[in-house]
Amino acid sequence: MRDVVVTGIGLVSSLGEGAEAHLAALSGKAAPRVDQETFAPYPVHPAVALDWDRQIAKKSDQRQMEAWQKLGCYAAGLALESAGTKDDAALKGRMHLIVAAGGGERDYAVDGQILTGLRTAENPGVFLNERLMGDLRPTLFLAQLSNLLAGNISIVHGVTGASRTFMGEESSGVDAIRIARERIASGQNDIFLVGGAYNAERPDVLLIYEMGGFLWKHPFRPVRERAPEGGGMILGSGACFLVLESREHAAARGATPLATLAGVTSDRSRRKPSSVDQALRAQADRLGARPDVVLSGATGVKGITEDEQAALAALAPNAAIHATGDLVGHTMEAQAPIGVALAAALIADRKADEALVTSVGHWRGEGAVRLTKVS
Amino acid sequence: MALRDKHGRPLVAVTGMGTVTSLGQGKEDTWAALTAGKSGIRRISRFPMEGLRTTIAGTIDSIEVEPFCAPMLSERLAMLAAEEAIGQAGLSSDDFPGALFIAVPPVEMEWPQREALAKASAETGEVTYKDLLRAAATGRFKPWHDLFIFGTVADRVADRFGTRGSPISLSTACSSGATAIQLGVEAIRRGEAEAALCIGTDGSVNPESLIRFSLLSALSTQNEVPEGASKPFSKNRDGFVMGEGGAALVLENAETAKARGARILGYVLGCGEKGDGFHRTRSSPDGMPAITAIREALADAGLEPDDIGYINAHGTSTPENDKMEAMSCTAVFGERMGGLPISSNKSMIGHTLTAAGAVEAVMSLLTLANGRIPPTINYAVPDPTIPLDVVPNVARDATVDFVLSNSFGFGGQNTCLVFGSEPK
Repeated sequence: MRDVVVTGIGLVSSLGEGAEAHLAALSGKAAPRVDQETFAPYPVHPAVALDWDRQIAKKSDQRQMEAWQKLGCYAAGLALESAGTKDDAALKGRMHLIVAAGGGERDYAVDGQILTGLRTAENPGVFLNERLMGDLRPTLFLAQLSNLLAGNISIVHGVTGASRTFMGEESSGVDAIRIARERIASGQNDIFLVGGAYNAERPDVLLIYEMGGFLWKHPFRPVRERAPEGGGMILGSGACFLVLESREHAAARGATPLATLAGVTSDRSRRKPSSVDQALRAQADRLGARPDVVLSGATGVKGITEDEQAALAALAPNAAIHATGDLVGHTMEAQAPIGVALAAALIADRKADEALVTSVGHWRGEGAVRLTKVS
Repeated sequence: MALRDKHGRPLVAVTGMGTVTSLGQGKEDTWAALTAGKSGIRRISRFPMEGLRTTIAGTIDSIEVEPFCAPMLSERLAMLAAEEAIGQAGLSSDDFPGALFIAVPPVEMEWPQREALAKASAETGEVTYKDLLRAAATGRFKPWHDLFIFGTVADRVADRFGTRGSPISLSTACSSGATAIQLGVEAIRRGEAEAALCIGTDGSVNPESLIRFSLLSALSTQNEVPEGASKPFSKNRDGFVMGEGGAALVLENAETAKARGARILGYVLGCGEKGDGFHRTRSSPDGMPAITAIREALADAGLEPDDIGYINAHGTSTPENDKMEAMSCTAVFGERMGGLPISSNKSMIGHTLTAAGAVEAVMSLLTLANGRIPPTINYAVPDPTIPLDVVPNVARDATVDFVLSNSFGFGGQNTCLVFGSEPK
């Protein structure tokens, strides 16, 4: 099996862009940015304002995308730049892509008008048809389809090996990294762009999680301190892409690896008390994890957050533990990639020799990623 | 004897298959109708048609789910197809010895649910998402969180059949079903699993999904004769017809399958894929990505173009797809393409979107097993720019050893699979 290394990081969130802005927050030099007002009572971590032109050259491409796709395309461009692959068209032509994604934005005004009209419509079904036919922007569909973030990255950045889009909330982020790693390690492919993007500043995603009772409705508080008030997550806007490749491939093109992606585990079970604790311990064991830093994907949801804390206390008693949710909020499909990016950046900065990234889905799925320094 | 392919990897056998389409429940029913040239396209009856440009689809109306919505119907179709496939494979029905790869339509809350939330908010003026959120905060709608998140169909299928590890829910648009199979093949070749359950499912004929495709002018508007609307490769084709369906394949390491005495239905010999960065909905004018995907699939299978005896086309019946697919196939197969049978199941079951690659994989394997090629129906006006043998209107007996199945999708997705009754 071949070693798999991280050679590029592209990261944007409420904290800014690039790994450094995030490492500064990690060391306590920057406070999390939270918008308490726009979607009150639901706080969100809003995306930093970006100059889209820097990574998405054509305005016509920008117009075809909604925020989640633009965030993702922007982060993908940063990752390609960071790996030194942005200008290598031939390499990007054989670079594979795995994107972890949900779906895109709706037209909130149209939805509201339709719901208002439906209340008094003589024939609601016909009214719905007519309004959707008349009011939906035809190209909005392309900003909604899950696989169109990958499609846009192919168009904007020329990454055209082939793309696959994984769905399924937090787990999809871990699984995207897991499958890419396996394909590289087994020799099937040499180089991947992997990641995800999330726009939290959307009433429709807040709605889904509020129906389930998962949202934190108080001023910001760290994920591990939310349980007394019932727990809950604060969604965050952000995106993260990683360039992963075999160690030989990186060496051959003169790229400097940031960290080794030593192993990825991911699983599901019917959750019951302490099952998250057991799952994470078992996964860390399978990975042979001895981390000196942990990037936790804890959501703040009551029960599973304490479970994860118990697992980490047992398996990494001396490790520094950072919850990515405390930095950038919960970015759903992008959370595991963000954890891996920060872990790789810490290792590259010689601030850690080995890191463990955890993923504890707000509703299902547990995963772990082990990164080590390049030997 | 080690059952390895030409690249030294484990051979991947198919030991179970199941499908549900608008033509019937179970692969036997679908196959019988498909080879009889029957169409499953009909007038849509589940919601009003007034105000729509397209009023036909290959809906599956015999299966009831509550609440009626795309994720519930998609889940049901996946369950039925998987039950059939696992039953045929003779494996445990609740302890499947491998991972799940499932192509599911992107889900979101639908209009009946939005309306229910709006009503529960008791807002009498203009309704906004603030009102819906207020209703959501009551906790009365908790099950809809689970219902409308992206991982739920996969999780329920994984739970039901006891598949191993984290199930992969995936989308590569209209090539999703083929990608699910490709992921399963790769997992077995890597030796991670002895088996994989690969599913494509799509039950999303609802007003907004239909209208979205309609607004992109992708759908046929030949509503007068529903069963005649989908006419791949014909000159008067004018768009695809949405279809619903589900299909499941049990893939196994051939060695393991033989050791346990399983009946091998065929082999997945090769997978090829290539991205296209040309446009969101159109393919590169030179056809290079589709051509590359076909060539990669053949190379992965260790076959030459001359080995292929039949092509199960993507064949959507859109002006663009059929032209590009014919061009790409001709580029790969050369002069032989004029006499190489190529037919489209979509002429009868419509475009089952997320499920299509998996449904068509099952039909490709049945073509190998039965020595019979399903036709392209509604072929009355040939397109002179597509001079192909589309197996017009009537099924044909033919001994076929190797089948190529094409799947192409929005977002630059091109995935091709090669099946064989035996490895070469």
